[in-house]
Amino acid sequence: MTEQELITNIETAPETQEYFINMGPQHPSTHGVLRLLLTLDGEIIKKVEPHLGYIHRSIEKMCEKDSYQQIVHLTDRMDYLSCHMNNEAVCLCVENGLQLEIPERVKVIRTIISELTRLSSHQLWWGVMGMDLGAITTFLYGFRDRELITDIFEETCGARLTMNYNVPGGVMFDIHPNFQKRTKDFITYFRKKLPEYDELLTGNVIFTERTKDIGYLSKEDAISYGVTGPSGRASGFACDVRKRFPYSAYDRVEFKEIIYTEGDCFARYKARIDEMWESMKIIEQLIDNIPEGEHKAKTKAVIKLPEGEYYQRVETARGELGVYIVSDNKKSPYRVKFRSPGFSNLSALDTMARGNKIADLVATMSTLDLVIPDIDR
Amino acid sequence: MSLSADGIYNFMGLKNYISDIYNGVKSLITGMKVTGHYFTHPGEIVTQQYPENRDTLKMFERFRGEVVLIHDENNMHKCTGCSACELACPNGSIEIISGKEIDPETGKSTKIIDTFVYHLSMCTFCNLCILSCPTDAIKMAQGFEHSVFDRSKLTKVLNKPGSKIMPGIK
Amino acid sequence: MNFNIYDFTEFVNSIKLWLNSVLPPVVSDIAGFVIIGICFLTFIVILGLSLVYIERKVCAFFQQRLGPMRVGFWGTAQTIADIIKLVFKEPLISKGSDKFLFNLAAFIVIIAPFMAIAAVPFAKGLHVLDFDIGLFFITAISSIGVTGILLAGWSSNNKYSLIGAMRSGAQIVSYELSVILSLLTIIVLTGSLQLSVIVESQRDGWWIFKGNIPAIIAFFIFIIASTAESNRGPFDMAEAESELTAGFHTEYSGIKFAFFFLAEYINLFIIAAVGATVFFGGWMPLHIGNFEFFNNIMDFIPPIIWFFGKIAAIIFLIMWFKWTFPRLRIDQLLTLEWKYLLPINLINLLLMALVALSGWHL
Repeated sequence: MTEQELITNIETAPETQEYFINMGPQHPSTHGVLRLLLTLDGEIIKKVEPHLGYIHRSIEKMCEKDSYQQIVHLTDRMDYLSCHMNNEAVCLCVENGLQLEIPERVKVIRTIISELTRLSSHQLWWGVMGMDLGAITTFLYGFRDRELITDIFEETCGARLTMNYNVPGGVMFDIHPNFQKRTKDFITYFRKKLPEYDELLTGNVIFTERTKDIGYLSKEDAISYGVTGPSGRASGFACDVRKRFPYSAYDRVEFKEIIYTEGDCFARYKARIDEMWESMKIIEQLIDNIPEGEHKAKTKAVIKLPEGEYYQRVETARGELGVYIVSDNKKSPYRVKFRSPGFSNLSALDTMARGNKIADLVATMSTLDLVIPDIDR
Repeated sequence: MSLSADGIYNFMGLKNYISDIYNGVKSLITGMKVTGHYFTHPGEIVTQQYPENRDTLKMFERFRGEVVLIHDENNMHKCTGCSACELACPNGSIEIISGKEIDPETGKSTKIIDTFVYHLSMCTFCNLCILSCPTDAIKMAQGFEHSVFDRSKLTKVLNKPGSKIMPGIK
Repeated sequence: MNFNIYDFTEFVNSIKLWLNSVLPPVVSDIAGFVIIGICFLTFIVILGLSLVYIERKVCAFFQQRLGPMRVGFWGTAQTIADIIKLVFKEPLISKGSDKFLFNLAAFIVIIAPFMAIAAVPFAKGLHVLDFDIGLFFITAISSIGVTGILLAGWSSNNKYSLIGAMRSGAQIVSYELSVILSLLTIIVLTGSLQLSVIVESQRDGWWIFKGNIPAIIAFFIFIIASTAESNRGPFDMAEAESELTAGFHTEYSGIKFAFFFLAEYINLFIIAAVGATVFFGGWMPLHIGNFEFFNNIMDFIPPIIWFFGKIAAIIFLIMWFKWTFPRLRIDQLLTLEWKYLLPINLINLLLMALVALSGWHL
């Protein structure tokens, strides 16, 4: 709605009791700068309209002038909680374009670090979910457990959040000698802590009252809006890219695809908690059997993709990330497009939130696990 | 607690009502036990008192704090001024100003480094410059306290005055 | 002046006599009132400051961190720094708001607990207002706080504040019923609303132990209902930080915000004081029937320490609730009261009447 339409709406609709509230760009629970224009009737939501673009940094345009090694570090900052998976997506796209043979060691290392990133993203999501609903202690617990993973990353990759550890052809440097021991210690520690998460939040009667039967998304709606990731899988849409289009080392590990059919907030919550268990299983299967070899395949100093279009999809913590590169045989790509999972997930918010109250909107947005820089790029 | 409007008026409803209350209270007490455990074990506190522990703080060796040019004890570095790092940097945080030096023996002119300008304010710490250096002249140091009051202090010249290139490096 | 830590009546009487001897009669009364007023003001200020600090420390320990550590020894001067900061802030009043009501609301909210705290029995002899309807007086005065909240929400000229204030008004009015009914359950046994009589009647044991099962149920209902009364803990939807920014006190800044903030903590103290007096014996040490030996040991600790100890325990319990549980939605809050707490309360009251009539209590 433009400003003019908004004013006309207010002036010409005196009979209805509807009023507009802005959950503005700066708000403690929109997880970033997102403006939601709510049409309310008392406390019931009639319509939700997201206004985006507050953190648009033209990443796709910047990629058009950088070389292929340089576009990797820009993807760190898109969905900063699953940055390794973003990097992996771009590198895999370039490697497929070059028809490059990646060493086995690289595949396994990438998979382990991806799963660790997924774990840390879900830990942060769990903490923030509790905090949005009022249990502020959970935020601190989530971050406390996340510290151990960031320590692992800091030791191996050099940075805690924007890691930039992948290059087309492999990883930047080999893993640190302490990597395996630290990861194994972390898995032992976290296996004991995750049941605590259940005790504190999942079984809590107040929590279940606030999330059961709230924010329902049917399977048809999930498919038509393109809601992927744990949010889509909780509505019955079997869309795990790791199972359907395996990449890196996912074809040689055993893990379950978590599907729930209820489609409400509680199902999305359970889907993510179960995903954390599955991630730990994947890491345990791989951590002891890292094959020996090079940490990087040989590439030319200046990478040029042959002319054509290349697409690669990857399962990030939020859903399916797609990287689409159009190349015209120059040093930089002609066009890079990212299909971000958050954008499609957000488009389903209107359907999910209608008929519920404002407090339920906060719970729904929490379970969708939106990261706004991912949506705005 | 599932609430039915007439739930209390029949016997099964009464049983549900009481079991709802019992299960609800039990789940709340389980939650309180978790936080109570952390309250009674202050020895498990993981936070560090930051400015006071600067002496004992040890960062990991691969931590990307800022780019530095390695100098050895004789104030010599290995940078040839080849600008590979300048080309590799995605957003122009490195500027190499190079000059020419005439080698007295052979009469050939070689490129040497005049000033290595590093814009810390623009650096994204992506590590690509370190990877592209052919002589391993630069590395990432572990300092992370970069806040200054004056923005011009963030533009650093990395080669120390009077430093010369090590012999034998091309 | 003999200062007996176990019984303050002598001390208070001697001060009264001294005032009477120095000043003419009416003036000495007024001087007495002024002295008491100043004592209470100081007490409340210190109480507010220390409760905020204690809350921050307790919250920090629950969250596996240390809390304020830098300002003062282990952070004790942190609240003083906060108050100084709030005093220096600009008292903004937004353009469309009703100025008189806007300012009045802040004062009403802080005056209500000031008045209620006068009737609390701190120790034998340290009891300022000893009405024969003492308990009724405290609960009635605490309800004046609702007016302040509703005025604050209305006069802010802000949709968010209005929503928050209306929710809070509905919540407080509903939960008052539960508070009073659960207190009445014990009054059935004591037979009097006068707070000093209630305390004296617990000389041979606290009501929560003597009163059999209905007393324990009444205590739990009291705790839940009174955290809801003071907009705290899992019932703080009205000022939910992550949903409506700050609810009914969004538009307040500076010292008026400090009033709202402090009023909440002093309400907490009053709730703990009333709970301690009615259920746990006020300043009465733990006695077991006529077991003289044990009673003498318990009497060794001065009553005022007993009183503050009990209050500390109840406040800790209420803080534990706040930092563990997520928030209830406003309709779930009201459902909890009208469909769960109220019926249980009424049945409990009946049970207690049965117990009192058959003499099954101690």
